[in-house]
Amino acid sequence: MTPTLQVFLIVSAALFSIGLLAALSRRHAIFILIGIEMMLAAANLNFIAFWRFGPQHQPPVGVMIALFSIAIAAAEAAVGLAIVIAVYRHYRSTNVDEFNQLRG
Amino acid sequence: MNTGAFIVIAIVTLSAAMAAATLRKLMHAALSFALAVIGIAAFFFLIGAEFVGLALVFIYIGAVAVLIVFTILLTRRDVQRDRGLNWSGVPIAASVFAGLTWSILNTQSTAIVAPHIRALTVKQIGQTLMTTYVWPMQCVGLLLTAALIGALLLVIEEKP
Repeated sequence: MTPTLQVFLIVSAALFSIGLLAALSRRHAIFILIGIEMMLAAANLNFIAFWRFGPQHQPPVGVMIALFSIAIAAAEAAVGLAIVIAVYRHYRSTNVDEFNQLRG
Repeated sequence: MNTGAFIVIAIVTLSAAMAAATLRKLMHAALSFALAVIGIAAFFFLIGAEFVGLALVFIYIGAVAVLIVFTILLTRRDVQRDRGLNWSGVPIAASVFAGLTWSILNTQSTAIVAPHIRALTVKQIGQTLMTTYVWPMQCVGLLLTAALIGALLLVIEEKP
């Protein structure tokens, strides 16, 4: 028995849920970013799985979407970590519970 | 596709992701995240998308994981104040997983095995990027430049 599309989707769903767990239940800003990155990677796994198991078109659309999604995830990580450092400089903390005012 | 390899990669990836979500020490969590990304790249290799797997390893481990480690080192002063997992997120994540699994298992068209295809070469990917997807690629380049400048502006020291 070879793996079907279902098992790939279930692994991807499990990875997404673990990322959601990290993003929802940790209090440290960097953990939340790690969770978001994990959710994006799970979405990439879904794109590639659907590309491989679906009908083959000549431009490999799933691969292209996954590449663009990886690039955008890198940009998101850079800006997110810059925000973490900027907020840390202001509050001397990375605990998101303590960020309770927007005024600089 | 090899079932044994799939099971091994799935176990390694999911346990590394779980460790990244639950470990108390930030540095251990960042390294577990890198291991989980290697697992996802191994899935890509298994499924026949070698180029995307390599891009994932280069970008996620070479750039994102290194950025995370740098940020951990720069914000080191309050490492011990993390209280670990807040359990109220667990039922939400579990219900999301249950709902997704239920809908996947109830969709008949997903119970298929992979068709036999010719391998996707890097030349094909490059030609597609430079013809059909040339405008999206330029936009991604602009986005990366804007993100770089924005990140620099955010962390620049303000002179009083």
